Amino acid sequence: MHGIQITASLTSWLTQGYGLFLFIHLLGAASFAYIVARRLVPLLRAERDLRFDRPLARMGKVLKFWMGQWKHPRYKTAGLMHILIFAGFILLAMRAFTVLIVGVSQNFVMPGLSGEAGHVYEVLTDYAATVVFLCMVFAIVRRVVFKPARYEVPAKFGKAHKADAIFLLVLIAILMVADSGFEAAKAAAQMQAGEIAEFSAALSLPWLLKMLFVSFPVSTLGKLYFSGYLLHEITFYFLLCYRPFGIQFHVETSLFNVYFSKLDKNRLKPVRWGISDEHLGQVKSFGVKTFEDFTWKHMLDFYSCADCGRCSDNCPANAAGRPLSPRFITIKARDYAFQHYPMFGHSGNGRALVGNIYSEDEIWSCTTCGACEAECPLLVEYIDKIVDLRRGLIDDGNVPQSLQKPLKALESRGNPYGKMEKKRAEWTTAKDFQQPCPVKTLNQTNGADRLFFVDSITSYDNRMQSIARATARILDHVGEDFGILGTLEKDSGHEVRRFGEETLFMVLRDHNTEAIKAAGVQRIVTADPHAYNALKHDYTGVPPVEHISQLIAREVKSGKIKFNPVAGSDKVYTYHDPCYLGRHNQVYDDPREVLDAIPGLRRVEMKRSRDRSFCCGGGGLMLFYEPKEEERIGVKRVRMAAEAGANVIVTACPFCLANIEDAIKVAGLEGKMAAIDLAELTEQQIARAETGVPACPLEPSSTQPDMQERAIARR
Amino acid sequence: MEILVCVRRVPDTSENEIQLNSAGNDIERDELVYSINEPDNYAVEEALQIVAKVGGSVSVVTVGSEDDEEILRREMAMGANHGILLTDDAFTGSDGRGIATILKGFVQQGNYDLILTGVQAEDGGAQVGGMLAAMLDYPFASLLTSIEVLEGKKLRISREIEGGNKEISEIDLPCVLSIQTGINEPRYVGMKGIRAAQSLPIPTYGASDLRVALSTVGESAAKIKRVDYFVPVLGKGAKMLTGSREENVEKVAELLAAQGGLK
Repeated sequence: MHGIQITASLTSWLTQGYGLFLFIHLLGAASFAYIVARRLVPLLRAERDLRFDRPLARMGKVLKFWMGQWKHPRYKTAGLMHILIFAGFILLAMRAFTVLIVGVSQNFVMPGLSGEAGHVYEVLTDYAATVVFLCMVFAIVRRVVFKPARYEVPAKFGKAHKADAIFLLVLIAILMVADSGFEAAKAAAQMQAGEIAEFSAALSLPWLLKMLFVSFPVSTLGKLYFSGYLLHEITFYFLLCYRPFGIQFHVETSLFNVYFSKLDKNRLKPVRWGISDEHLGQVKSFGVKTFEDFTWKHMLDFYSCADCGRCSDNCPANAAGRPLSPRFITIKARDYAFQHYPMFGHSGNGRALVGNIYSEDEIWSCTTCGACEAECPLLVEYIDKIVDLRRGLIDDGNVPQSLQKPLKALESRGNPYGKMEKKRAEWTTAKDFQQPCPVKTLNQTNGADRLFFVDSITSYDNRMQSIARATARILDHVGEDFGILGTLEKDSGHEVRRFGEETLFMVLRDHNTEAIKAAGVQRIVTADPHAYNALKHDYTGVPPVEHISQLIAREVKSGKIKFNPVAGSDKVYTYHDPCYLGRHNQVYDDPREVLDAIPGLRRVEMKRSRDRSFCCGGGGLMLFYEPKEEERIGVKRVRMAAEAGANVIVTACPFCLANIEDAIKVAGLEGKMAAIDLAELTEQQIARAETGVPACPLEPSSTQPDMQERAIARR
Repeated sequence: MEILVCVRRVPDTSENEIQLNSAGNDIERDELVYSINEPDNYAVEEALQIVAKVGGSVSVVTVGSEDDEEILRREMAMGANHGILLTDDAFTGSDGRGIATILKGFVQQGNYDLILTGVQAEDGGAQVGGMLAAMLDYPFASLLTSIEVLEGKKLRISREIEGGNKEISEIDLPCVLSIQTGINEPRYVGMKGIRAAQSLPIPTYGASDLRVALSTVGESAAKIKRVDYFVPVLGKGAKMLTGSREENVEKVAELLAAQGGLK
């Protein structure tokens, strides 16, 4: 048969299918449009979320986290595979549309892809389809044979998703084979006719199929061409319409989810977007109680979750066996949405989420450490949702008894322990401290350059007062002019806010803001990362705040702080990143630089460090909460330090120190493992001039360097 | 059901360091923080739960001064429908019987099916509930750990008796009941609710409004007078065990068993 006739007969096969193809096109597109419209229904009933600002910053997020797949390499195997599949899909997207159009318009060529460019594109897509196909095979083998633990679904959270996951993988594999077969049939026919067949890339899937088909009679090739097209078309539309019912909806939603992701990561979501604090009193109901109380973006998060399990794999609460797994916060909400916003019929039922799909313990179990959010490739948010759910519980009075006492004490005394206000500065009067290192209390007549914001645990807890004194000594040593608020200081309210008691937080914040402004300071320093985070991100209109580790690191560089070598050669140190210093504020290097500046100090890293640090168990009100757990989070952390070969855990947060010291005892490692705060260690190792001058001169030493500088300047 | 809960404002024992004043006849009150008497809070929660089931309203009442409005507002933030302050210079210095007399005057002005009190005031002696019931000629039951509303103006009530057992009774309405902590888990009262309750009206009633004879209330009518506070002398120190961990565990178990702490 003549070559032209052969290709014409193939084309005629397609022409015969014109009506069928067009019908499937229209049916597929209409079904998808309908499904998406139904999926949008809850989003339209949701709470506001102002995410339409700063398009450039949002495009940047898209480039980095969507196009650039930034978070994926954190899991090497799955991450690499996803990058390959994603790249393949991006390459194949245009081809898929071209093929779809070819069914109803045979000579269609995508603009810009005629001639040479078209050939290059075809080679690329041949390989892309091959790579995607191989990835599917590998992914199926991984799911069936290797069964990574993080994909398991514990019975309490519902049925396993494995069958669905594999079904979707198979569908994609079929899509790749159908597309390649369609192309290969045509190429084989062209080869038989002696035409210059469209080049298919060597060893690619279409190439292999072409080699297989080349000896087939033309009529068979025609059937293959036709059925390849039909299978591709049906699979394509089936996938398109099936994905919005499960874990692969992210193929469509991820771009939007990343574009609308949170830009101000450090700021907690307001109670209601667009309502200022002054008008909050008029808001009847706080927080998330029913599904519709979530914002539309948080609902989009639910749709976008790929069920990869990385959040829960890193969640300390989940690791300790608490009833919380962030993955299922999302999955359960998505199941709820699918159930109550069905494709046909009545939508929504307005039932309370907690007590229905979530348990109270689940919501109170979160330490807000942020490990889940640091890991999520799709930038799904968890902390804001947990806090919103807690706001709802607080609003309804559903608060565990163990938290009611400290909350009430915060209201009446400004600290969770119910201690008297006048005792807040008692740590300054300790024997052997007050005389060499007097700490002034700021008031109208007694000003200072810098405020040392101590916060509740460091002020009142006997053990943690040592951090306060160490901090004061360091400040004194480097010549800072500083003071404290004393009885005027109240709890920063950091955990009050994260436990959902927004109005009480506002009272504490307003009180402290006023006291800080009245003190007339230029700067603030604190040794508590929670206070640091609160003053930096939750408060407005207060002077810039630093964590003591940043100040120490700077003064080590400036030479004002010099260290004596550490005593004891058997000590191996490791640094534990506090969540609110590290992950939430990216202060990772300063504390490490300080440790490395101490002569003779041997330091090792735990496997989980920096932005993968493992929470100590939670600060603030979490110390009062009695979680249901199999093992303490802190005990797990202490074991990690032991595994790394360390016997001293250095941290930079009073809550971390409290949890870790307790955990050392619980783990039975007393005597084998110790914990110390960075400020304590610094103060202990500072090399002071051997001049007989007391460590902390009686006079406000801070004025001396200033005066010296001025004297030098005058000369 | 119309429920009245009698409440009282007391120094919060968990947030104060209670010390005697220099005269030794009262505690140092300068820097105290006050809150609602804890058992009263459980009584209000129980009233709210009953009303949630069978309908009606909850009123909270206290005898005191303007300072005591704070706890009425707190209970209203919790969900109570009305708060009433009974205040009069003539009420100052009343003993338990005087307080019961004032409350009786108020109860007789309304139409309450059920009157609840906390089992006792943290700074009091569990006197008022029983006396109030007697004055009203209502039945009284104390130390309750559960209440169930029955048909025909009756309640099924229970209290814990020796050994953790429960004694279950029925009581006719109207009645006065004193509520034990542990009967429920009182809901949390958030700052938002407390703020919203700041603007709610709190009616006040004086002696003449309540038709209370001045001769029956106040310091002059009080037949119980506090004369002194006494701080007990510190006893002997604890017994220290100085063996290995295993030995100590064994010894502790032995001592507990010997003293009847272990069965």
